[in-house]
Amino acid sequence: MQQTVTSPRSSGAFGDKIFEWLCRGAGLLVLALLGAIILTLFVGGLPAFREFGLPFLWSTDWNPVEGRESYGAAVPVLGTIITAILAILIAVPAAFGIAFYLTELAPEWIRGPVGTAIELLAAIPSIIFGMWGLFVLVPIIQNYIQLPFGEILGAIPLIGFIFDSNNFAGTSLFAAAVVLAIMILPFIAATMRDVFLTVPAVYKESAYGLGCTRWEVMNKVVIPYTRVSVVGGIMLGLGRALGETMAVTFVIGNANRIATSIFDPSTTIASVVAMEFPESLMGSLKQSSLLALGFLLFVISFIVLATSRWLLRSRLK
Amino acid sequence: MSSTTFDIATAPAKDPATARALGRRRRMVDRLIRWACIGSTIIGLIFLASILVTLIYRGFAALDLTVLTREFEPTTYGDPDAPRGGLAHAIIGSLIQTSIATAVGTPVGLLVGTYLAEYARGSKLGEAVRFVSDVLLSAPSILIGLFIYQMVVLPMGGFSGLAGALALAIIVIPVVVRTTEDMLTLIPNTLREAVVALGAPKWKMITLVTWRAALSGIVTGVLLAFARIAGETAPLLLTSFGNSITSWDLSRSMSSLPIAIYQQANSGFPDLIDIAWAGALLVTLGVLSVNVVARVLLRKRK
Repeated sequence: MQQTVTSPRSSGAFGDKIFEWLCRGAGLLVLALLGAIILTLFVGGLPAFREFGLPFLWSTDWNPVEGRESYGAAVPVLGTIITAILAILIAVPAAFGIAFYLTELAPEWIRGPVGTAIELLAAIPSIIFGMWGLFVLVPIIQNYIQLPFGEILGAIPLIGFIFDSNNFAGTSLFAAAVVLAIMILPFIAATMRDVFLTVPAVYKESAYGLGCTRWEVMNKVVIPYTRVSVVGGIMLGLGRALGETMAVTFVIGNANRIATSIFDPSTTIASVVAMEFPESLMGSLKQSSLLALGFLLFVISFIVLATSRWLLRSRLK
Repeated sequence: MSSTTFDIATAPAKDPATARALGRRRRMVDRLIRWACIGSTIIGLIFLASILVTLIYRGFAALDLTVLTREFEPTTYGDPDAPRGGLAHAIIGSLIQTSIATAVGTPVGLLVGTYLAEYARGSKLGEAVRFVSDVLLSAPSILIGLFIYQMVVLPMGGFSGLAGALALAIIVIPVVVRTTEDMLTLIPNTLREAVVALGAPKWKMITLVTWRAALSGIVTGVLLAFARIAGETAPLLLTSFGNSITSWDLSRSMSSLPIAIYQQANSGFPDLIDIAWAGALLVTLGVLSVNVVARVLLRKRK
């Protein structure tokens, strides 16, 4: 009797310990994984950092000719930041419109299906966006957008050169930004919608009761209440846009020069790695430079994603 | 809008024209913004529709039995007698790598999610793990490719299917962690207390009761992870690289659907681009249908 009662208990305690450590070990593994990613990228990039020193950050060189090898991060880093910020500028107003429509304006029967459709847009693999961008969007930009933009906006003094380009292939920073904007749109819209839904109904009802229009409720009640989390959602989109690879690689033109116009081809960190890394020699200086670029990308997106999570901490888990 | 010195009795009579103009303006702004919101929603839906229509239009035109059963062939240059290629090698490679990645990543993700929901509530370590897992969820996937290149491809001396599967497994983990934790925290504590009150050890409570109660949610997470890695291209470029024939050997380079699409779409030959569209259609249909199944499972839970 005594035997049958104690033995399962002690095995239970022992099993408990094993299971708890199994779970904790898996958690530690995730921590170790992030550490290992940072470390390998840094160690891999070390030869390039040593060879070029700090000027690596602002050098525009990309010369793989043996003996005169010289690499710099300026063009891909600039391309990454410009495309991501342009994408945010395009995506945020649209995402806000969708979130506002889905939480306040749309009739009940529309909210579910449209919300699901927007979320399905987020599920489409990035390579599909890339193909669609190359075969559908780029010709549209080439034929209908670039010329009118160049003619009308190119005449603006001081900033006109931004819209004026001699590149007529259509593959450009602008094309990359539009594709990125479409890709991050559902992420930002979904976060905004979820955040807007956390506003207590009483607040909105009291504003409606005072005679506010829907826009006034949104502008004066919902947005002030959710401001921090909305910025967090935008940062999440920015983080995704910074690291997106395939879609950008298809449409950006992959040219290592500083673009003066948004219709010029350029490159991003992720796409230069995708284009050049598989072909580079193992252990070469070029490979090391690409790893160093990867390290920079990791640092940038880590900061953005960490900020986003910190801003979103109170609303969404 | 109002002030304390405002005389209520005389207010409406004071300036009805201004009041009306103000009301008109407010209504107009409201209406304008409403139409702008409807417009942006429609634009979002148009993009989705444009992508799907393009895929269906160009994909179905190229999709036939040859594409599904043949391996890669170079372009035919429009010669009708030359053998047409297909994507069989890529489909097999994709299935191998995504299956291994899901099989490796799921248990780890499940355990981490369990740790966060059942053991680490409020602890510092738990906070750190949750944070890192969330960062990994949105981290650029190409960097995971670079990481595996350094850790696996370099020591092994070449690209391999195994390296590809491991890179995808790292992407699976945070997706499974997220859904597992969310689903486990939805389980009411009374259920846990009931199990413990019966004298069961905690690990039995978790494996036999809470996991089972959250099963459909956990399965949803695994499906979403599978759908996510099925379309991943960037990390595979640096790990399994691609292959033009069917390969079952995990220590050699292996093709996959996204890589085959990427290479053939950029080849410049119309016949190869058609095959890429067929592959794109296959990937998207697969990914979207898995997503829909996952959503249906989740809705049943709620």
